Amino acid sequence: MKNNTIINLALSLIVISFNVHAASKVHLDHADTDISNTASLQNGAKLFMNYCSGCHAISFMRYNRIGEDLGLSDELVAENLMFAGNKLGETITTAMPEDAAAKWFGGTPPDLSLVARSKGTDWIYTYLRSFYEDESRIFGVNNSVLVNASMPDVLWSLKQGQTEANFDQNVRDITNFLDYVGEPAKLIRLKLGKWVLLFLGILFILAYLLKKEYWKDVKYGIWRPRD
Amino acid sequence: MKNKQSWIDQRFPLTKVFNEHLAEYYTPRNFNFWYFFGGLAMLMLGMQLVTGIFLTMHYKPDSAYAFASVEYIMRDVEWGWLIRYLHSAGASAFFIVIYLHMYRALLYGSYKGPRELIWILGMLLYVALMAEAFFGYVLPWGQMSFWGAQVIISLFGSVPVIGPDLLVWLLGDYAVGDAALNRFFSLHVIALPLILVVLVFLHIVALHTVGSNNPDGIEIKKNKDKDGIPKDGIPFHPYYTVKDIMGVVAFLWLLCAVVFYAPALNGYFLEHANFIEANPLKTPEHIAPLWYLTPFYSVLRAIPPMFGSQFPGVLAMGAAILILFALPWLDRSPVKSIRYRSPIYKWVLGVFVVSFIMLGWLGVQPVTPLNALLARVFTALYFAFFILMPWYTSIGKTKEVPERVTG
Repeated sequence: MKNNTIINLALSLIVISFNVHAASKVHLDHADTDISNTASLQNGAKLFMNYCSGCHAISFMRYNRIGEDLGLSDELVAENLMFAGNKLGETITTAMPEDAAAKWFGGTPPDLSLVARSKGTDWIYTYLRSFYEDESRIFGVNNSVLVNASMPDVLWSLKQGQTEANFDQNVRDITNFLDYVGEPAKLIRLKLGKWVLLFLGILFILAYLLKKEYWKDVKYGIWRPRD
Repeated sequence: MKNKQSWIDQRFPLTKVFNEHLAEYYTPRNFNFWYFFGGLAMLMLGMQLVTGIFLTMHYKPDSAYAFASVEYIMRDVEWGWLIRYLHSAGASAFFIVIYLHMYRALLYGSYKGPRELIWILGMLLYVALMAEAFFGYVLPWGQMSFWGAQVIISLFGSVPVIGPDLLVWLLGDYAVGDAALNRFFSLHVIALPLILVVLVFLHIVALHTVGSNNPDGIEIKKNKDKDGIPKDGIPFHPYYTVKDIMGVVAFLWLLCAVVFYAPALNGYFLEHANFIEANPLKTPEHIAPLWYLTPFYSVLRAIPPMFGSQFPGVLAMGAAILILFALPWLDRSPVKSIRYRSPIYKWVLGVFVVSFIMLGWLGVQPVTPLNALLARVFTALYFAFFILMPWYTSIGKTKEVPERVTG
């Protein structure tokens, strides 16, 4: 009985600590991105290259990989997405010189290749929509997700003349694109996964039947005479 | 075929080995769910070796290139992402399998005589595996790789007198850096895999010498028929090979579900912060080792520094691992299997499992006053399981063990 109490105590403490942990986090809106939505990825790529890539590199990503994965021809990529690079096989760097950037923003804008993996899509989606006016900051804006962010509200011009839902969708598309950039293989693995699991599922049925057949010997004791 | 076989047999005991270890290795016929995990552990070792060989072809053990080379594998190497995820999720899967395998030993008293040596070899495997996993986690050179290594390695610096010199000797530098990355790579891809393979070989040879335990904890060799075959034994091959194939496929289904749909498993198999390149100037707000090491990490954090030294915590962590080795001699119960043990043991084992899981969970949480208190309580319970074992296993009424296996 005493042990029972200990287990109960342990379980209630688990619940308490979970609550303590949850309370310490900033609330993030659910990004609700869909990596299989190619149109969203294309729009995200366009917006990212126009609004973000001036300062942020995605240096693990290649121009032609984006074209290949998002169904865009080399010509389209070269004309619409390639602002800083020269060759389609190059990785996407930024034209902004590092030391100048450090001077302008107090630090080099981070490479965003893996931001979706380190911060998560919900964070990106909420962060980009959380700028508010704050005269005390150098760019006149602050951010409630990343307090005292040194980034200006670059999507401000995009936001003008758009409904909130429209703007949210655009930010969602950028987030979706960054999710893709964080792991291009995600496109393949999500498509392939169900076939792999289906194959293993069928194989399991066969393996089960094979086992059952062999184990009849054991069940009926006929693999050798039993006493 | 027959000719080829005898040609080989004259030069190498192929048929003899096959019979001794498979076709005429008599295994209790009552193995249950818990007996899948030994075979699965071998599967995981094989998978880690094969995927590891391919990763090594593209990985660069250089602090300037390591992080980028992993991303290169994830993006530009054909099927590199799959190989890498199989390896990274495989590491966690390996530990899940090993923990279940060890828990099986606790359930059915598999460590008890005459299997003490199997247990010792298994524990050596466990320690080697923890080292292997630790070194492997440093290689992607992300923030958690770097700071995790920093935390674990600095433990050696807390050793009295020789600590600081020991640290420099281990790292080949004054801090975790390129020199450490290079030697960790060497240990990860050569030294520890060799040790693991040799220990697995010894573990199995020792097992096949005394024979497998079973859920009833009965020695099947005590009941043999006129041909000297245990009455409750069945040949490992084909009966357990076909059964294990079934287990392997089910396991691979689960592994692939993770690899294809949640390879990072929400930060538990690949930590979010490890997707940021190692930066010695920027300490992450929260450093936690991967889940399989966290129970011991919790023990380490539970012990407060004494005389301005972290060393007592390090000793406690070492003791938490070493005490497992003594299990065969701490258990005084006349019976092996939990099926016939006293109700006291069942409760104690339950508390132990809760303590171990809670220590593991606390190890990934930030330290708060409540968490620190909990870590101390569960650390005490963890050690109590072992220290009090000679006492609680010798009291309480055990059930009568049947002559022959049941079920």
